[in-house]
Amino acid sequence: MNLAVIEPTTSWYLVLAAVLFGIGTVGVMVRRNPLVMFMCIELMLNAVNLSFVALSASLSDINGQTAVFFVLVVAAAEVVVGLGIIVSIMRRRSDATADDLSVLKG
Amino acid sequence: MELFVFVCAAAMVLVGAIGVITRNNPVHAALSLVLTLFGIAVLFVANNAHFLAAVQVIVYAGAIVVLFLFVIMLLGVDRAEDLSTEPLTAQRPLALVVGIGVAGVIIAAIVKSQDALLVRGTGINSATLEDADANIRQLSRSIFSDYVFAFEVTSVLLLIAVVGTVVMSRRQRGQHVEESA
Repeated sequence: MNLAVIEPTTSWYLVLAAVLFGIGTVGVMVRRNPLVMFMCIELMLNAVNLSFVALSASLSDINGQTAVFFVLVVAAAEVVVGLGIIVSIMRRRSDATADDLSVLKG
Repeated sequence: MELFVFVCAAAMVLVGAIGVITRNNPVHAALSLVLTLFGIAVLFVANNAHFLAAVQVIVYAGAIVVLFLFVIMLLGVDRAEDLSTEPLTAQRPLALVVGIGVAGVIIAAIVKSQDALLVRGTGINSATLEDADANIRQLSRSIFSDYVFAFEVTSVLLLIAVVGTVVMSRRQRGQHVEESA
């Protein structure tokens, strides 16, 4: 088959998003630095955004892009609060990993 | 052409994502995250989401990653982390199994329903030279009519996040002396 006529369908974008989500999941479970765990959460959010946009184009529905807009806003708020928490924890004990934070449990 | 764009952007996304979880220096992980975010922005353009692609670059690659780097530098955690030893027995193989499982289940669902997704819709306005703001107009009509209440609520959310962060990270009086010593 001629390569020039193959067009990526929506499924390709969704599979890419699923793989990206899986990588983010592995990262959250494996990494112990809270900052890097945060970055992996951003990876997972981006995977979801990608599937929203791909399905929005596929189904001719602009509401998918609206959802991505709101996810972006919530992600920004989440990063601000999360990094604030990390800063105030790290100020007390500068070498904290996620394992050391188990003192937080009730 | 579209295939070429997809392959390049997908490679950027995957290389960046693997970089985030394997680089042992947090600064390198943050820079890999930028690569992934740019790849996602390219894929947004390929799906006619021009406004969101611009927002992705400005907000994610611009603001959020800079915030990450700022915190890394502020806290001085830019030392390389030792990734060669496994803190918990069998943590990594199990995490890999779970990750592949999650992705596999989603991919199985996509493959099963791929016939329904073969048609690419034409209802999303694309930005063209003649009508450069078509996508923005369509998106804003959705946000400011159907979802105007949710839009107003996000402003409250942002306000709470900002005030909460300031309150949380403010130094108490008296703590100052102890820290400067």
